[in-house]
Amino acid sequence: MAKYMRARSLDQALECLARGPCRIIAGGTDVFPALGDKPIRDDILDISGLCALRGITHEPEAGHWRLGALTTWTDVIRADLPPWFDGLKLAAREVGAVQIQNAGTVAGNVCNASPAADGTAALLALEARVEVSGPQGLRLMPLGDFVTGVRRTALGPGELVTAVVVPDGGADPGVADFLKLGARHYLVISIAMVSVVLRLRGDGVIGRAAVAVGSCSPVARRLTALEARLTGRAPRALAALVEAADADELSPIDDVRATADYRREAALTLVRRSLTRCEEALR
Amino acid sequence: MTLDLRSGTALEAAAVDVTGTVDVSFTLNGRSVVLAVEPMRRLTQVLREQVGLTGTKVGCDAGDCGACTVLMDGEPVCACMVQAARLDGATVETVEGLAERDGLPHRLQQAFLRFGAAQCGICTPGMLMSAVALLRRCPHPTEQQVKDALGGVLCRCTGYSKIIQAVMRANEQLPEAARAEAGTAVGCRLDRLDGLAKVLGTDIFGADEWPQDSLVVRVVRSPFHRARFRFGDLDGFVARHPGVVCVLTSADIPGRNLHGVIAPLADQPVFAEGEARFKGEAVAAVVGEDAAMRHLDLAALPVEWEELPAVLTPPEALAEGAPAVHLARAGNVLVRGLVRHGDPQAAMPQADAVVEGSYSTGFIEHAYIEPEAGWARRVGDRIEIAACTQAPYMDRDDMAAILGLPPEAVRIIPTAVGGGFGSKLDLSLQPFVALAAWKTGRPARIVYSRTESMATTTKRHPSAVTARIGARRDGTLVAMEFEGVFNTGTYASWGPTVANRVPVHASGPYRHPNYEARSVAVHTHTAPAGAFRGFGVPQSAVAQETLFDELADRIGMDRLEFRLLNALDNGVQTVTGQVFAQGVGIRRCFEALREPWRTARAEAAAFNAASDGRLRRGVGVAGMWYGCGNTSLPNPSTIRLGITAEGRVVLHQGAVDIGQGSNTVVTQVCADALGLPVEQFTLVGADTDVTPDAGKTSASRQTFVSGKAAYLTGRALRSQVLLRLNAAPDARLTLDGPCIRAGDRVLDLRTLEADARGYVLSAEETFDPPTAPLDENGQGEPYAAFGWGAHLAEVEVDTDLGRVRVLRLVCAHDVGRAVNPTLIEGQVEGGSAQGLGLALMEEFIPGRTENLHDYLIPTAGDVPEVRTILIEEADAHGPFGAKGIGEQVLIPTAPAILNAIRDATGVLVRHLPVTPDRLRRALREQG
Repeated sequence: MAKYMRARSLDQALECLARGPCRIIAGGTDVFPALGDKPIRDDILDISGLCALRGITHEPEAGHWRLGALTTWTDVIRADLPPWFDGLKLAAREVGAVQIQNAGTVAGNVCNASPAADGTAALLALEARVEVSGPQGLRLMPLGDFVTGVRRTALGPGELVTAVVVPDGGADPGVADFLKLGARHYLVISIAMVSVVLRLRGDGVIGRAAVAVGSCSPVARRLTALEARLTGRAPRALAALVEAADADELSPIDDVRATADYRREAALTLVRRSLTRCEEALR
Repeated sequence: MTLDLRSGTALEAAAVDVTGTVDVSFTLNGRSVVLAVEPMRRLTQVLREQVGLTGTKVGCDAGDCGACTVLMDGEPVCACMVQAARLDGATVETVEGLAERDGLPHRLQQAFLRFGAAQCGICTPGMLMSAVALLRRCPHPTEQQVKDALGGVLCRCTGYSKIIQAVMRANEQLPEAARAEAGTAVGCRLDRLDGLAKVLGTDIFGADEWPQDSLVVRVVRSPFHRARFRFGDLDGFVARHPGVVCVLTSADIPGRNLHGVIAPLADQPVFAEGEARFKGEAVAAVVGEDAAMRHLDLAALPVEWEELPAVLTPPEALAEGAPAVHLARAGNVLVRGLVRHGDPQAAMPQADAVVEGSYSTGFIEHAYIEPEAGWARRVGDRIEIAACTQAPYMDRDDMAAILGLPPEAVRIIPTAVGGGFGSKLDLSLQPFVALAAWKTGRPARIVYSRTESMATTTKRHPSAVTARIGARRDGTLVAMEFEGVFNTGTYASWGPTVANRVPVHASGPYRHPNYEARSVAVHTHTAPAGAFRGFGVPQSAVAQETLFDELADRIGMDRLEFRLLNALDNGVQTVTGQVFAQGVGIRRCFEALREPWRTARAEAAAFNAASDGRLRRGVGVAGMWYGCGNTSLPNPSTIRLGITAEGRVVLHQGAVDIGQGSNTVVTQVCADALGLPVEQFTLVGADTDVTPDAGKTSASRQTFVSGKAAYLTGRALRSQVLLRLNAAPDARLTLDGPCIRAGDRVLDLRTLEADARGYVLSAEETFDPPTAPLDENGQGEPYAAFGWGAHLAEVEVDTDLGRVRVLRLVCAHDVGRAVNPTLIEGQVEGGSAQGLGLALMEEFIPGRTENLHDYLIPTAGDVPEVRTILIEEADAHGPFGAKGIGEQVLIPTAPAILNAIRDATGVLVRHLPVTPDRLRRALREQG
């Protein structure tokens, strides 16, 4: 018979995990749909009561912002955050609908490792890292390494994601954007999505660029060649820098939502538009 | 460095079995509650099954529909995804907490009632709870704020417009409820008579009530499109599972293991025997105690499957050597349809312009938010079945055959129906609960899962249509040829109806001197295709109406004027040779669109002139006709009206209200026919023991047919009163307690003798619309009346992404007489939203899109502004001239949108839905 455990502290949670594998539930927005009407087979560890894991804090000495594992998408939307979080905020508004945003967590979205996770593309563009707690203590992994495939992560036995951390953007002006394409408004799984973060240097040119594309590969991908082309440019006519070959970094599939060809093209269209929106925001 | 959150003593978390319980203490609608709950039970189940608050509905158990929205700590969440253990310390608000004391509706609930925002009412609690969270923060929200707040709740009935309006205006002074004096109810925007329970969340749907001590039934279904199967040791299975009472298979059916809505073609087994013929077909049902059934793994039932080759599309099914779905139906053809008028082959060469195209549409899922649910109990030698249904008497007769009982031994009690749109005409859950109750002697209940509902109930027929139409230079039509192949799935269901209706209607509402339309319904190993709002006509209209645009362009005529030139009229032959002396309103519908067409075209042209080409706007029109009631078949409705000695006027109204409003419309008609105000009527709803047969809620027939029966009944009772009082035919009646007055004459009802039903006066009348059979060429008089309409769509196309936004719809409908304009607008807004879904996003793929996140229906964010123009070209047969409207509203929307996309971009996509990738590919191919 499967067991249910409700953790009252992080230590309790880790001890549970140390005893054996558990399905972890927080907001429930992925666990319950996957369960359907089947009986529960896995032991369940409920971490939804770990209030200390909820909330967004700036930790300047650590050089990052910390999104505790129970931070919901609504928490992200309502938080007072620097402008380079705008892409993540836009993504937060596109996660399902209000009901999902109120319950679903940022960390859960990452751990669920769906290729269409709305949060992952935006977090990749923010160069987010995943804070993993486990028997060996804490480790921080780049998000791109943490999510290893469709529904697969680098989470080891006994480990739990306790936060997603986003490096500080520093004082340089930055701008961020997120665009989602679906076949309807609200409650829709993305055909493609794009998140862009641009940070300017003192001389007004782009110091760092991050362009991430979701739903077009098993794991959301950064378009590194494009990012290199963007770096050092003044933020003007950026869309023209996008090349057809940039889509080669993607590996979309045909599914009920769209064909792979369409995704490849649409992703670049979204990238161009997002770059233009960023430019306009910087003016 | 990262903060280490580990702290305190490392107490072990207490582990409990997932089937055990934990105590939770929380606040529910302002009251403290302590409950022992299974820790992982969904909050929906805790509320509905443990606390007994069934106002919170379950539509999908996956966060895809929002029907279960409650407020947790003030924020809307889907209760289906909240684990019960999490309730400890939480504050939960449900729809039951919204109303004031004594059931007085909250002002938002009043606004829902007044603006007609609740149709079937199944999404209403979720809508209300989502909206109330918004209104607390923002008492006067903008339309965009309301859409953002409601975007997570799906509604399949209303098209959202009236819901959005109700939320936006909830904190304003609400308009007074309309009241109608005696004789003025028809035409009045009365609040829906059954609306209060819907907005309070107290209406009882199939899953909301069950007899105490009910057993729970779960159905074991085929995992393959086609498979041979053999059961292992079922008795052993029962013995190994405490709480499981029995397993039902085809061997347990006392009568015949067959049912079907068209009796001579009945071919669908309750449980497959030996071979399952579609993915999801029932092979057995497990019956047991609730707690045991909840944790039962159905996959543990011993069944050996052997997958067999299946045919999933008509080309596969029609191919040489294809496996036969039914041995008795050679070549997998269920039925063919034909209408032939004139000689199109001979005439076509005389056309100056000929256009031709091939089209396809996929399975469309009804996607009502209420999955099938209900219960049954054995009462002596009778069975009572309470379930969501559109056709109580048809259910009764089929259930009697299955149980081997006389029809009178079966009582069908329709629950409130959370949307039907045609699919709840066929039996679904009824045999399972009835057999369980019959065999065990205990009541039994079932609630379908969303997947079960989508995978196994009927769908709209996928179509492959080719059509050719020719016209002269002056715009007059010369000839039309049409051929449609319809995938009818495994079982007959309404396949013959689709095959017969399509050739009659594929002409559109136009005069065709030469016309031939052929249809064929082909069996495949897929879920049965059945009735869905329009019976195949929406599919054929896509082909005909888009070809009309191409034809008008070829001869250089305005697209709307081309339609007007060819529109049917009184005294003009239809393609079945029928000539109506009156009641043909299509010209007036097109004429009503002239001004909106001119304006919208000018606006689109101005927009496009200023656009860089990335966004392009376009305008499209399409027309429609649709016969009310059965095609050339008897189609009677009977309505009963009685008055008791105390002066209670009781209307036995058996036309099932599935949200469209028959409870209200039929009463309005009857009230005016009798001459007493609606508020003096008491309604007795559909129940085969107490309401006469008002036929099925289908074919846009309830206003027209049951409404006419109600009219005749009201008139008959009025005559009785007038006769007894020797009063003039136009005398004004008043009813005051036991006294009924006509002018100065008084009839004391207490002086009359009551009949067996307790009525001192009563009447029961039947109406069967006059039709005549179709001959071998489909010539004849298939319907006594048609409904007529035309839609105009304005769209904006993002040409780089192929994404289409419908900006506005203008919908002109000839309804004969608008009995309740608010309800009709609701039909137009809801039906056109389904048409929009058909055009742009909906396609059911068996085995793949059996949920509401892969199968998309429009949300509050997808529907445009809808302007309804009501035309009243009275029909001589209809009650006060009224015609049907239910299906008419869906038919022209998709072709109008396709025409608008073509107007915007020059590209016509002939394979629906026009998803972004399909449109983008078409745009690229155009270059």
